[in-house]
Amino acid sequence: MSEINTNKPLLEVKGLKKYFSTKRGMLHAVDDVTFTINHGKTLGVVGESGCGKSTTGRSILRLLEPTGGDVIFDGEDVLKLDKEQMRKKRQEMQIIFQDPFSSLNPRKTIAETIAEPMNIHGILKSKDEVDARVLELMDTVGLARRLMNVYPHELDGGRRQRIGIARALSLNPKFIVCDEPVSALDVSIQAQILNLLEDLQEEMGLTYMFITHDLSVVNHFSDDIAVMYLGKLIEKAPADELFAHPTHPYTQALLSAIPEPNIHKKTERILLKGEITSPIEPKPVCRFAQRCNYATDKCRSQEPQLKEISPNHFVSCFLCDNM
Amino acid sequence: MSENMKKDLELDIKNLVVEFRTDAGVTQALNGLDLEIEKGKTLGLVGETGAGKTTTGLSILQLIPDPPGIIVDGSIKLAGEDVMMKSEKEMEKIRGQQVSMIFQDPMTSLNPVMTVEDQIAEVVAIHEVDANGKPIAYSDAIKRAKEMLELVGIPGDRGTEYPHQFSGGMKQRVVIAIALACNPKLLIADEPTTALDVTIQAQVLEMMKGLRDKYGTSMLMITHDLGIVAEICDAVSIIYAGRVIEHGSLEDIFDNTRHPYTEGLFNSLPDLDHREQRLKPIKGLMPDPTNLPKGCAFCPRCDYAMEICQTQKPPRVYRNDEHYVECFLYNEQNIKEGGVIGR
Repeated sequence: MSEINTNKPLLEVKGLKKYFSTKRGMLHAVDDVTFTINHGKTLGVVGESGCGKSTTGRSILRLLEPTGGDVIFDGEDVLKLDKEQMRKKRQEMQIIFQDPFSSLNPRKTIAETIAEPMNIHGILKSKDEVDARVLELMDTVGLARRLMNVYPHELDGGRRQRIGIARALSLNPKFIVCDEPVSALDVSIQAQILNLLEDLQEEMGLTYMFITHDLSVVNHFSDDIAVMYLGKLIEKAPADELFAHPTHPYTQALLSAIPEPNIHKKTERILLKGEITSPIEPKPVCRFAQRCNYATDKCRSQEPQLKEISPNHFVSCFLCDNM
Repeated sequence: MSENMKKDLELDIKNLVVEFRTDAGVTQALNGLDLEIEKGKTLGLVGETGAGKTTTGLSILQLIPDPPGIIVDGSIKLAGEDVMMKSEKEMEKIRGQQVSMIFQDPMTSLNPVMTVEDQIAEVVAIHEVDANGKPIAYSDAIKRAKEMLELVGIPGDRGTEYPHQFSGGMKQRVVIAIALACNPKLLIADEPTTALDVTIQAQVLEMMKGLRDKYGTSMLMITHDLGIVAEICDAVSIIYAGRVIEHGSLEDIFDNTRHPYTEGLFNSLPDLDHREQRLKPIKGLMPDPTNLPKGCAFCPRCDYAMEICQTQKPPRVYRNDEHYVECFLYNEQNIKEGGVIGR
């Protein structure tokens, strides 16, 4: 797929917001998140539980209806589409879910599960065509054809995740949100699935948004990495740059916390104070200030904005003002 | 090895065989497992889902659900005493006091309708005695519970709260406080940080290291994460299909990897310093524990498998006093010279 221009954005997300109303007030799950992903590239989104990374992915596909912002996909604002148009659009935008144990219908066979999206969208006329396509997809993702008529409970996690991938591919999408696709899997199986996703990207020119909490996986897999904290995008940079020059104090702490399988490399660990604070009705101050080792009065009274500190490296932190 | 006699072992498991017998067949969970932990040391038990890691932990505590679980053979010695000879009454004394276990999921291992200080005090009240040998007063147990909370970094006055009022990281701290309340000689930690975020994991690991060093506790760290092993363990046992297939010190395992499975585990991990490098996964899947291969259990997935691997169990070959592998690739000579494999 050489004609794909990897310098052109496929997805532009601008000021995306998703709030949930709770008894105690508005929960700002995703708050003013802006980024772009170019054709054929992978954006890794990292952050800890509750930072809004999955909600961002789902809001882009409108599996959750965003509260505000724009999502421009291939030049078209998907938030303006009506229900029927959106359903069609999802042929191009798919998702792979985290837990292959709960995201498959236990009463459908593998073949039925993979065929379902094609039947819903009616993209293939005859049953023979669908069957042929199902087998082709099973080959693509490395599922043995003899498994066609088995049920999900008969399979291990790695194979189930392959089904999820085959189903996402069945409509020939351009863009796939991978929501923690390997975190439920053992390392040896995880590596198999990561290689498969890489191969598919190369062959089909896919664009990925890769959501994970595993920093070594995101580093391996992504072109750009966005770090989220409490609904905010706090740092974004090309993967090499982010790992070489992590700038936001949270990113620094996050990277230093990775336990590396190397007994000769001793990294100085930055321990954070306390735990993630509440995302309900956050004050307009830096959301990381409470746990930050460098927080000043300014951080506790004003909200930092995302700034470009070097080409393509964006950080939202007042410390960068002095740089 | 005669030298083993001299070692001061907190835990000594020999040839442990555990089966789960159900109508669907016999699951061979442990197949002759050997494990040793020296006093005050931390051993990492590394393997994938279904390798038998948790079964090992539960066997030590004599908590294998029976039926269907049966310990068929072997011995488990805690500080020289065989736990399999103990009565249930005696085991109750040993659990919590001599050996305790931290379970993987802090969300489900606490009682939701009991305050956290009561849950810690419960253990103390069962095991601790006062100067006259009588069980200690409950008020003293509560006092101790509050001290334990402070020790794991939770303000003591939060002891009257219930588990749902705590975050995941704090719940795991409570679980650790319960496990350490009676100052056990051996702590079994079953994936203690798997359910936690990395920055919280770093806090909890740091705390566990501190407590271990302060009290000289021996530890069995059950994990699948070689990064955590590198950080906290003194020795490593790699377990596959219920057997230790490679064991050695950290340097032995990380710098002188010998078994193809151990090599595969390392190659499956993304390297932070060489991010473009393609991952080299282990092919295939874990064998079905109800139908293990006749020869080496890893043989069907091994890139170096030979004919003999399919029919015979590999012998144990030692590289030094501690480091051994069970693999036909090696003999006494070539294991010392360097790997047959490409790591």
